Amino acid sequence: MKISVTRLLIYIILAIFSIFYIIPMYIMVVTGMKSFAEISLDTMWNLPISFNFNSFSLAWLGSTKEGFRGVSGSFLNSVFLVIPATVISALFGSLNGYVLTKWRFRGSDLIFTMILFGMFIPYQSIIIPLVLTLQRLHVYGTIPGLILVHVIYGIPISTLIFRNYYVTVPTEMVEASKIDGANFLGIYRWVIFPLSTPGFAVAMIWQFTSIWNDFLFGLIITPNPASQPITVALNNLAGSYIVQWNIQIAGALLTALPPILVYLFLGKFFLRGLLQGSLKG
Amino acid sequence: MQIKGDKWIPILFITPSIVAVGIFVYGFISWTSFISFTKWNNVIPDYTLVGFENYRKLFANMRFQIDLHNTFVFTIIFVTSCLLIGLLLAVLIDQRIKGEDIFRNLFLLPMAVSFIVSGVIWRWLFNPGSLQLGNIGVNQLFEKIGLNFLTCGWYTDPNIGIRAVAIAAIWQFSGYTMALYLAGLRGIPLELREAAAIDGANQWKTFYYITLPFLKPITFGAIIILGHISLKIFDLVVAMTGSGPAFSSDVPALFMYDTTFRGNHFAQGASIAIILLLLVSLLIIPYLITTFRKEA
Repeated sequence: MKISVTRLLIYIILAIFSIFYIIPMYIMVVTGMKSFAEISLDTMWNLPISFNFNSFSLAWLGSTKEGFRGVSGSFLNSVFLVIPATVISALFGSLNGYVLTKWRFRGSDLIFTMILFGMFIPYQSIIIPLVLTLQRLHVYGTIPGLILVHVIYGIPISTLIFRNYYVTVPTEMVEASKIDGANFLGIYRWVIFPLSTPGFAVAMIWQFTSIWNDFLFGLIITPNPASQPITVALNNLAGSYIVQWNIQIAGALLTALPPILVYLFLGKFFLRGLLQGSLKG
Repeated sequence: MQIKGDKWIPILFITPSIVAVGIFVYGFISWTSFISFTKWNNVIPDYTLVGFENYRKLFANMRFQIDLHNTFVFTIIFVTSCLLIGLLLAVLIDQRIKGEDIFRNLFLLPMAVSFIVSGVIWRWLFNPGSLQLGNIGVNQLFEKIGLNFLTCGWYTDPNIGIRAVAIAAIWQFSGYTMALYLAGLRGIPLELREAAAIDGANQWKTFYYITLPFLKPITFGAIIILGHISLKIFDLVVAMTGSGPAFSSDVPALFMYDTTFRGNHFAQGASIAIILLLLVSLLIIPYLITTFRKEA
């Protein structure tokens, strides 16, 4: 087989860029695997001599002797936070998307646009009243408080995802059911919901990833280590001078693992969510 | 056909979301604006109105001036690099190459991880080392492959500062623009390109006159999304550099956090947040209105 010069050039450019994308992941994996004897900043590019998971176990469990917390507790906090928040915001998004596409009313487009604005705002602009309100509701500093916050600020994106999905569901199906005498909830239950699996997949994967990766809300709403999500715990681990850099990087890999697994196994839906965030309708 | 009485039920079901967004987005923004006009710059709330005093102080503040400049530099580098790299990679991947899936997945993978994760790793990659250690991280890599002239202090050098953070951000988001452009390229009707080829246009001409105009709306959308991300950038800076020497990697969002939650200057912090919101709104509202008009 003959490869033309242009073809070769294409592969060379792609390979060079691949190096740029691989480097941080390479360092993350290689550093995590090294034994403490091998850990030295001036040999950080070398491959490990043997497999060793001490960095991971220290990052996970922490060390009472050296006096730093591992990320295990926060990992579980994130799990307990992300699952209900993802499911609830997907349900809201589904209902909203259904109303905004199949039961449009006067002003519904304007309402949709106004809801959508909420996904672009810098959260700094609502964070002070948010803290005051959560304190008043006695959920400040708690995981339920954080769930509430993620559900509410997740409404815009999940509504957008489901609206874009339900636009592709033929309205005639809904109209036919209406003639047959089915009501709003009946049509949702028997016509729309059974068709919604792809919509739920996209919305839930998107919400899972963004809630897992959130830092700002976790940082400000849960200052106490006992209810902190994992991104905040990682930032504390990495900001501590007594924690060695290989433990920090192992912590980074542990934090990145769930979204990376989701991406590897459900990448198709992840990509669809990504494209919908910017290409509307 | 609409069944009477059913008209209000859909509205009833969407009402909780409307109320929640109404309060938590629009209500809270108004509340923050109100705080920004008060004297509440202490632990105990003080709602005495002081007009634009907090804003006047803010714009006179050296740190805020540096922040605005940093945001501008970061936005330009980040947005243009993501667009150019994304377009280049998309065009290359679109050439029916082998291993397309592998390249595409690799370039997109950084999108899945948190800014905190990438910040921690890039902090160590851009660690310039020291006299005892010699070059480490990326500098060491440059040394090994004979590109010594590229070694530098990265984020420890005030002249680089935020630009080092931009590189990490490009690593995370250029795959996103690639995916956008690739979807766009795949959407161009084949007949259009074939027609151009029959008319004798060479590849460059086809690209310039057919492909690029076709990708215009995607570029526009990407600029809005990337632009608003760079205005809001916070997590990556916190995890990677912090404010940096002479605030060289400081950004408004970090200044807001320091002012409000470390310094207890709530009114001053609120004023930073409102300026940040205005900047984002300048970008987003025209975009939302044009999208809304197209559909109405």
